[in-house]
Amino acid sequence: MSIEAKDITKKFGHFTALDHVDLKIPSGELVALLGPSGSGKTTLLRIIAGLEFADSGTILFDGEDTTHRNARDRRVGFVFQHYALFRHMTVFENIAFGLRVRPRNLRPSKEQIHAKVHELLRLIQLKNLSGRYPSQLSGGQRQRVALARALAVEPSVLLLDEPFGSLDAKVRLELRRWLRQLHDEVHITSVFVTHDQEEALEVSDRVAVMKEGRIEQVGTPDDVYHRPITPFVYNFLGNVNLFHGRIDEETPIHEGAAGEPVYVRPHLLEIHRQPNGGGHFRATIKHINSAGPLVKVEALSEWGDPVQVELSQEKFRELQLAKEDTVFIIPKELKVFQKKVV
Amino acid sequence: MGSITLAAGKIPATRRVATAATGESVAVRWILIGVAVFFLALFIFLPLAIVFSQAFAKGIGVYWASLRQPDALAAIRLTLLAAAIAVPLNLIFGVAAAWAIGKFEFVGKTLLITLIDLPFSVSPVVSGLIYVLLFGLQGLLGPWLARHDLQIIFAVPGIVLATIFVTFPFVARELIPLLQAQGQEEEEAALALGASGWQTFFRVSLPNIKWGLLYGVILCNARAMGEFGAVSVVSGHIRGRTNTMPLHVEILYNEYQFVAAFAVASLLALLALTTLLVKTVVEWRARRQLAESAAWNEEGQIA
Repeated sequence: MSIEAKDITKKFGHFTALDHVDLKIPSGELVALLGPSGSGKTTLLRIIAGLEFADSGTILFDGEDTTHRNARDRRVGFVFQHYALFRHMTVFENIAFGLRVRPRNLRPSKEQIHAKVHELLRLIQLKNLSGRYPSQLSGGQRQRVALARALAVEPSVLLLDEPFGSLDAKVRLELRRWLRQLHDEVHITSVFVTHDQEEALEVSDRVAVMKEGRIEQVGTPDDVYHRPITPFVYNFLGNVNLFHGRIDEETPIHEGAAGEPVYVRPHLLEIHRQPNGGGHFRATIKHINSAGPLVKVEALSEWGDPVQVELSQEKFRELQLAKEDTVFIIPKELKVFQKKVV
Repeated sequence: MGSITLAAGKIPATRRVATAATGESVAVRWILIGVAVFFLALFIFLPLAIVFSQAFAKGIGVYWASLRQPDALAAIRLTLLAAAIAVPLNLIFGVAAAWAIGKFEFVGKTLLITLIDLPFSVSPVVSGLIYVLLFGLQGLLGPWLARHDLQIIFAVPGIVLATIFVTFPFVARELIPLLQAQGQEEEEAALALGASGWQTFFRVSLPNIKWGLLYGVILCNARAMGEFGAVSVVSGHIRGRTNTMPLHVEILYNEYQFVAAFAVASLLALLALTTLLVKTVVEWRARRQLAESAAWNEEGQIA
């Protein structure tokens, strides 16, 4: 089922959570709502779910207006950030809940419910834990039960609020891939909220980057990463060095000169021992962190801006860098955003 | 599995064991325990023992006879009736009020909480007087009631009203912190899964508060049956008609019928003991439910 949010505005008191937001989600896609906290992404998700209602604007499911339907009638599967499992019910009862509360004429038989729950337990690989209570499960297991519970009612849309937010890094990575696989199997239109750019880029078909109640950019992970249309998106999707200066032939980034801000990703800066050619600036190395696949170097530019550089271990060994060394840095790719003429 | 040990480790953590650094010397410990036991014996066990010894002072036959007096039976019946009306009403009110306060934000919330506490802060005698001033013959609504031949003061309705008033806060007070600790994510989950409002309440919300609710009901019941002050003001002390058990005890005692007075009092004492016993069990479960809720939420946020 496709989802469309048209001109959605939502205020909490004086705080504008969503400011005229438009978003189209094609059927069968897995879309990430990415943004810092307070950007309105969870509010948008809850409005799509019918757990919250917009002050103005419409929500369309497959072109049909569902703006005034509540969560109960929208047939959405919602996975809460803290799982919201029913604590007094076993795993089995949790998953069966959505089927058991159906009106009598729509309720599946006991055997059908049993079969359905066991099918889902197999899917989430928790078959032998069906009699456990939520408090007896680990975070990752709870998350999967929450997902199975949402899927049990065969929703037309699956909505996930920070689904991996409260898990530790290892489990997070594992569950993330699992969700991607699951989506490739079930092909249910899914929207998930996250503040982790890596997660959004890795899992989703498309990413909607949000800032202060507005959507900054929507596109494939490739699009938003390589072709950001605003400084915010560029900034949010990876580490970045920001210089205020002008670009010219000799020295690419000038001290103190007025002009557009210039952005460079840390891995797109090259360190040299000798000035070779031009297009460089001078910097002093302040800190080196060589634990990890890349070596992260913090330096101070000749005009006093902090600069982050990432280079391979190989290159690092070759250069034999040390603290307080003076080096020459050449940006390989600069990003300049033209100021919008108002 | 890690979370199991975590959760299990969390609950007993509230129980403090004195270490060498914070503990007292053996002598001090014995003195403290001795003082506590002495006062308990003097103020609790001794009076309780006297109630029963006085009640049975002239043998079990007399004890039975005094309980089976028509006036005593009427008092017992009236007490049971008042409790039977007041407790269910306050159960419904308490759940509704605690629900509104615990789960929603609205204008006048603080005022509602204050109003719920009012019966605790007002002397029961004053509570009774309020009803006399309202419904009594010289009261605000008195003439109207008299014209329609309705009697509230010095009759059963007044006693029931006074009982409801003084037992008003028990259920709500017990449930508010519990509901606040639980938040409303589980209810939202139930709704999103297609449950109706009532289904959500009976299948999700109620099971989560049942021990707290039971605890509130027990306290409410104990107070409803034992209330003296407010009921005394509105009752009029008409024997066999408007006397509850506590009032009956007082009358008998004032008439020097010690055995009969203590016999009825022993019933109230038994009620207290039973309440205490049930309360201890339920309180333990309720506290565990609250601790679990807190730990559960906390864990969800940190883990």
